[in-house]
Amino acid sequence: MDLATFLVQCLNAVQYGLLLFLVASGLTLIFGIMGVINLAHGSFYMLGAYLAFALAPYFGDHFGTMLLAGVMLSALFGFVLEWVFFSFLYQREHLQQVLMTYALILVFEELRSMLVGNDVHGVPTPSWLAGSFALGELMSYPWYRLFASAACIALAAGLYAVVNRTRLGMMIRAGASNREMVRSLGIDIQLLYRIVFAGGVALAALAGMIAAPMSSVYPGMGGSVLIICFVVVVIGGIGSITGALVASLLVGFVDTFGKVFFAELSGIGVYLLMAIVLVWRPEGLMRGRA
Amino acid sequence: MKIVSKLAAAAALCAAAAAHAQGGAPVKVGFMLPYTGTYAALGNMIENGFRLYVQEQGGKLGGREVQFVKVDDESEPSKATDNVNKLIKRDTVDVLVGTVHSGVALAMAKAAKESGTLLIIPNAGADAITGPMCGNNIVRSSFSNWQPGYAMGVVAAQRGHKRVMTITWNYAAGAESVKGFTEGLEKGGGKVAKDLTLPFPNVEFQALLTEIAAQKPDAVYAFFAGGGAVKFVKDYAAAGLNKTIPLYGPGFLTDGTLEAQGSSAQGLLTTLHYADNLDTPRNNAFRKSFALAYKQNADVYAVQGYDAAQLLGAGLAAAKGDLSKKDVIGAAMRKATVDSPRGKFTISPAGNPVQDIYLREAKGLNNEFKSVVVKALSDPARGCKM
Repeated sequence: MDLATFLVQCLNAVQYGLLLFLVASGLTLIFGIMGVINLAHGSFYMLGAYLAFALAPYFGDHFGTMLLAGVMLSALFGFVLEWVFFSFLYQREHLQQVLMTYALILVFEELRSMLVGNDVHGVPTPSWLAGSFALGELMSYPWYRLFASAACIALAAGLYAVVNRTRLGMMIRAGASNREMVRSLGIDIQLLYRIVFAGGVALAALAGMIAAPMSSVYPGMGGSVLIICFVVVVIGGIGSITGALVASLLVGFVDTFGKVFFAELSGIGVYLLMAIVLVWRPEGLMRGRA
Repeated sequence: MKIVSKLAAAAALCAAAAAHAQGGAPVKVGFMLPYTGTYAALGNMIENGFRLYVQEQGGKLGGREVQFVKVDDESEPSKATDNVNKLIKRDTVDVLVGTVHSGVALAMAKAAKESGTLLIIPNAGADAITGPMCGNNIVRSSFSNWQPGYAMGVVAAQRGHKRVMTITWNYAAGAESVKGFTEGLEKGGGKVAKDLTLPFPNVEFQALLTEIAAQKPDAVYAFFAGGGAVKFVKDYAAAGLNKTIPLYGPGFLTDGTLEAQGSSAQGLLTTLHYADNLDTPRNNAFRKSFALAYKQNADVYAVQGYDAAQLLGAGLAAAKGDLSKKDVIGAAMRKATVDSPRGKFTISPAGNPVQDIYLREAKGLNNEFKSVVVKALSDPARGCKM
């Protein structure tokens, strides 16, 4: 592998890792702060992708506006969902959480099938991001992929600022470490959880919307994302945003270079990484830090 | 009162006996197809195709009425054995028809072998079904994964490609298709430089596309289906590779996915045993009556279902409707020439269609017929001992 190819592969790895981070950050927030194992998180990713498919004809080239509208819709959806379903789950066992969130996956898949059908659909790339630039002799790299990476970096920075620099972030961190204490200080933990959950759903949906023009929308697209996101959350340390970022990039690199160098074993590469990290640090890389 | 009911029973018995004389009880056909999930549409197409042929024959095959039973296989291999036993033991079907998913079809073939029930496979392409798993009571109306792959290998060699790379998911269907391609290509003097694989159903192709760009082969052969096919074709074009390195694949790369693939799939060459616009009187008539009956356009799956019914009809006719003569039925299906909308085909001793494979070009929303690549291509049926 020459240097140019190596650099392109690094770019691929970072880009994949960043997109993973966007989905996984929502999962780690909900899991770490609220203690709910949310198997339906992949469905929120799917929801975002189908939202992009549904909204694209109305917004045309106003891609940013569309993302904003989609984020608001999905946050609202998450808010209601927490109210109706998840708020009853905090005191229950993990098994019951798993059962209910699994049921939600089935419900979402069936709803998707009834509303949109089972065909694969493409989502158009906004025309101002449609081109590509040359990279190496034969290959070109689409501007849209670069845009997706930039959007993910911006979001990661924003998320970091909210969690570490704002009052809301302080409450979230406090709620994660001691629920009872926060409540006795007069903070409405119920509302706090509702906001965190809505934010988590919005993050996953946003990732789905950003990924949609690259990946198209198709049945079951949430499933594979969910598994890899759990891997990221476990490697990074449950509840840690920074951990999720580091783990996403690690997974991106292992997956990308695994495919190139060890094609036969590439399916187990990231799981091997997870096993090694768990042996080395059973709590994940950054457990207990935001 | 008692006498009246006895009389009625006697009358009913007479009527039943009369019906028996006219051709016996109905033939029970058990559809084991996906009616939910990703492949639901395919399952319906196959069933509609099958029913259309039976309807055209006046509701009878081999002189006997046909009765249908349905089980949803959910494309779930872990439930396949239970599902197929429901049809064989609970519903006591005479003929099994199914299915789309290869893993499920392999379980059906195993059950059919053990129970001796007739099995007609209207889609699943696993080579093993007409290879090591073959049996006199098992035939397929679709294709083996090897067939379109081999034909594309022939095309790639004819077009002068010497060094080709292949890419697919790391699973049986992909490996079988690539093996067929490699054989076709090597026969024409080409060579596969490298086989790229990624785990199913992973769709992160970017790393492997970069690898292709670094290796600069003459052409690329890809086996993907559904959402993966859409994403691969789009990513390939977005990476600019389609301008310098031609992409080839079996029909699954562009079948039912052209709308989602948009401009990135236009002009793609694929091989399959059917093309959307085959302009033959047989195909036109079939498509017309299918559209009339079901208010939708026929596709390759409808053809495969239709031909499954034709095969059963040929078998039953030879046995004069006597289902106990399984040997006669099995042999007759292998002797039949099926007048399919895809063109006439026969069945190999192993039970797989011996059929023409077409080169098609993606234009608009159709995979248009370009030429016949191989006439009467027969699967090698490796491992089949009859």
